[in-house]
Amino acid sequence: MAGSPVQVTGTVLTMRRVDAYHALTVVAPGIADRFRPGHFVTVAVGGPRTSTLTRRAFAVHDVKPDYGGTVELVFTVRGAGTAWLADRRARDPLDLIGPLGRPFPLPRDPASCLLVGSEYGAAGLFALADALQQRNCRVDFVLGAASSDRVFGALRARRMAETATLTTRDGSLGVRGSVVDVLPGVIADTHADVVYACGPMATLGGVTAVCAEFGIPVQVSVEELMACGIGLCMTCTVPVIGDDGVTRMTRACVDGPVFRGERVRFDDVGTIPFDAHGAPGGDRAR
Amino acid sequence: MPADMRTYLAHVELPNPILTASGCAGTGRELAPFADVTRLGALTTRTITMAPRAGRPTPRMAETPSGLLNAVGLQGPGVDVFLARELPWLAERGVRTVVSIGGGSVAEFSALARKLTDAPGVTALEVNLSCPNVEDRGRVFARDPSAAGEVVSAVRTAARYDLPVIAKLQPDVADVVAIAKACVDGGAEALSMINNPVGMAIDVDRMRPALAAGTGGLSGPAIRPLAVKCVWQVHAALPGTPVIGMGGVTSGRDALELVLAGACAVAVGTVLFHDPYAGHRVLRELEELLQERGFDRLADAVGLAHRPSHRTDREESSL
Ligand SMILES: Cc1cc2nc3c(=O)[nH]c(=O)nc-3n(C[C@H](O)[C@H](O)[C@H](O)COP(=O)(O)OP(=O)(O)OC[C@H]3O[C@@H](n4cnc5c(N)ncnc54)[C@H](O)[C@@H]3O)c2cc1C
Ligand SMILES: Cc1cc2nc3c(=O)[nH]c(=O)nc-3n(C[C@H](O)[C@H](O)[C@H](O)COP(=O)(O)O)c2cc1C
Ligand code: FES
Repeated sequence: MAGSPVQVTGTVLTMRRVDAYHALTVVAPGIADRFRPGHFVTVAVGGPRTSTLTRRAFAVHDVKPDYGGTVELVFTVRGAGTAWLADRRARDPLDLIGPLGRPFPLPRDPASCLLVGSEYGAAGLFALADALQQRNCRVDFVLGAASSDRVFGALRARRMAETATLTTRDGSLGVRGSVVDVLPGVIADTHADVVYACGPMATLGGVTAVCAEFGIPVQVSVEELMACGIGLCMTCTVPVIGDDGVTRMTRACVDGPVFRGERVRFDDVGTIPFDAHGAPGGDRAR
Repeated sequence: MPADMRTYLAHVELPNPILTASGCAGTGRELAPFADVTRLGALTTRTITMAPRAGRPTPRMAETPSGLLNAVGLQGPGVDVFLARELPWLAERGVRTVVSIGGGSVAEFSALARKLTDAPGVTALEVNLSCPNVEDRGRVFARDPSAAGEVVSAVRTAARYDLPVIAKLQPDVADVVAIAKACVDGGAEALSMINNPVGMAIDVDRMRPALAAGTGGLSGPAIRPLAVKCVWQVHAALPGTPVIGMGGVTSGRDALELVLAGACAVAVGTVLFHDPYAGHRVLRELEELLQERGFDRLADAVGLAHRPSHRTDREESSL
């Protein structure tokens, strides 16, 4: 089955620094074969007798056919798990599961696509851009971060896309501000038919609101704390409106991480909306 | 010769002693791409409730040293959807299924038992006593021997006579043996322990509790000594009652520790988040360890650590 994930022991091929990020390439044929843009992988961190049991989720930046199939991740060191990962070197084994989640849906006909990435959220958008261009879609980028060293992939975006607009909070690169601030102008200039976005929840909420004003569809890749990444633990839920109009606490790892933006109740993330399926008091109301 | 791994929950025979712990194996479908769920001793479902439940707000999870705090809040679609969509998938594949049930009152527990008792594919019912009792200001059943006994007896009465009823105990109680005895007196044929003790973590950057719910259940290797102690005490007091041991099992050695303390079956929970293949790995490792120690049968190792210390060790053992 093309879509079904596999657990593999990959071998680290390279580990590089890219500005503020670490880029890790692993030989993992089973995962590279099945990958589609928007998929993510999880990594077991800390070695065989680890005390950090939950798996870490990372977007796939790139897959290549070399050595039977390689997967590249781009990450920033946050805590113990990513610090351990940053210490991996060539030939180290790495326990990976993937590809996971619902990938980005691609337009059937050529369309003008605007890809919006904040911080490391940009990493997952380049494989998408390739796939869109193969379908003769126009691709534009908006990439942003706190500072210039955290804007990932600016050069590549400039090279491959029609336009690439960069933003930084401190003004060290591009426009001072956030990706949301520049979005209305870019949508108007590029005549975007559809927006794809990846970044922190608050940014995705802002992007979705702008797209709603313009009446264009937006696909967002959300991030919520994950313990397993494969649908077992129910810790990664987000309030999402289903096709039937009912809000459910929906697992980001298996039903996402990509959702239609207007279906995600961004303002209610971190709560159980009172009208969600099975919300407290709901059974008494029936 | 490999040891005979069969084990019994009351009269129900399981081909091997490795189960999944409630709430840690999804609906079975999520685990299936990684491990053959039909080869588990049994799969335990997440706790099934009468009505659908949205669970707790996020963050629901915080990693702690060798463990995990969770406050999922029994999210699930309710028993009717479970019967329509989740149980049939397991039954069609012949997955031995322990159905965990949870309610806010004795009446709700017995109603669940009645709904489930004749459904095809139910191997046993597990009563999750760590549910707040709405009739006792939200105190969990697991903390009160009489409430625990009452729930178990109501489930026992509602369930078909040949469907084993398992009571699941919590470790952070005044006297786990008193709760265990009350459950057995109420008709439980087996006991399962331990459910998550309650813990808390504070995010020192945000300077707030790490979980939206404040407190959560602690799981993983951090709680294994607590599990060993509970299994040990309960097996000493009730040597004839089958015990499913769980709490931080990540390897065959961990499973063997619980077996030696008195468990005749062992469940894996949190380790599945780390390695979805862990159940099968633990089983293979346990088999090897028993064989190395010269055991013909798993049953001969159950509770063996309780033997008086003046007796010399098994002479036939090669170790
Ligand atoms: C679908 C998805 C894609 C991601 N892609 C990337 C990426 O491409 N590059 C990148 O740098 N990071 C990415 N992240 C975030 C990454 O998972 C976290 O930075 C990482 O788990 C932190 O681990 P740690 O041990 O360093 O931090 P700790 O804070 O010690 O982690 C503790 C626990 O919290 C979980 N956790 C902490 N932060 C996050 C988070 N933001 N999202 C999910 N779980 C978290 C960890 O998995 C772990 O269980 C992604 C997250 C998700 C859900
Ligand atoms: C995310 C999560 C969800 C759980 N859900 C349930 C549940 O629904 N019902 C229940 O009886 N126990 C539940 N448990 C407790 C486990 O079944 C088990 O008793 C406990 O976690 C100890 O085992 P472990 O350390 O191997 O995880 C849950 C545990 C975790 C980590
Ligand atoms: S991370 Fe475990 S269910 Fe999504």
